[in-house]
Amino acid sequence: MHQALSRLGFGVIGYVPDAGHKRLIELCHGDARLRTVVLSTEEEGIGLATGAWLGGAKTALLMQSSGVGNIVNALGVVRECRIPLLLVVTMRGEYGEFNPWQVPMGQATPEVLRAMGVLVQRADTADEVAVQVDAAARIAFGGYAAAAVLISQRVIGIKSFQEQAAQ
Amino acid sequence: MSALRRREVVRALLVNRGDLLVVAGLGSTAWDCAATGDHPLTFPMWGGMGCAAVTGLGLALAQPARRVLVVTGDGEMLMGLGSLATIGVQRPANLSVVVIDNERYGETGMQKTHTAHGVDLAAMARAAGFASAVLVREASAIESLRQAVHHGAGPHFAQVKVVAEKEAITLPPREGTLLKNRFREALLGASASLQ
Repeated sequence: MHQALSRLGFGVIGYVPDAGHKRLIELCHGDARLRTVVLSTEEEGIGLATGAWLGGAKTALLMQSSGVGNIVNALGVVRECRIPLLLVVTMRGEYGEFNPWQVPMGQATPEVLRAMGVLVQRADTADEVAVQVDAAARIAFGGYAAAAVLISQRVIGIKSFQEQAAQ
Repeated sequence: MSALRRREVVRALLVNRGDLLVVAGLGSTAWDCAATGDHPLTFPMWGGMGCAAVTGLGLALAQPARRVLVVTGDGEMLMGLGSLATIGVQRPANLSVVVIDNERYGETGMQKTHTAHGVDLAAMARAAGFASAVLVREASAIESLRQAVHHGAGPHFAQVKVVAEKEAITLPPREGTLLKNRFREALLGASASLQ
């Protein structure tokens, strides 16, 4: 995925971390061609991407599905202004989720994104991730739209605090 | 109590603006910038409350050779306080955030904001790592603020206390794609539309 982002000419990567993005965040921080920005809330990423595009730079935002709930109103800006934007969302609250508090937002994530005009793609297996990211970036920047890739919890693995606690 | 008037403060920062890039937060500060004169390199936000400062951050990172000024209100800034921390981590030297602080939500009936109760935005920005963060109450401080915005090594933050008054509304254009496209063409050239 890092190679795809680099090849597609992204200049800014914004993120609120997720364990599923750990390696990608490390690679982005190590890439001098990328300005990697840690955000205090995902909503800031929408402003960051808007400003960066006004200045000619492409932005990708990395977040987990709970973060989608934090960007809803701000997505109105990218829709009204047709700011191209790639969202890479690691899913929680689906496939074998242990934490019930993650389930409501995880289940609502695709509908919330679509309600705000975001194009939604999914990667349900590891080998789909890079191609879906590549395709979503192309449709976003080709069409001046926001596009999201939802990476299934099945790809990332199920977090079980009970199992961790038992170890 | 400050006697500064918002329109005069914004005008003092924007006249003879050179190649300054401006993001205006939604509501009164967008009208203040429009009252000084509509400009393709001013991006007035009509939504996304809380996002003005971090929009300025994105612009400053993408255009490190240009000066970027965010002019926003106290209510708008309060909704995006985390962005002070995010800017403090990035520390773009070309970015200034000026909060026009009338201690009111001006578009909704002039209800008091948190700053009316003593919340100190400049102290928050200083603690977040801005290179400078000042509270301005006197007209004599505006010229040094202008110098900081146009020339100083930032990121700068200023909380400018102004009189709580309702000015005549001067509207900038409101269609988002128009505002985006004219900004990008003025900044990046006609080829921006081909990106």
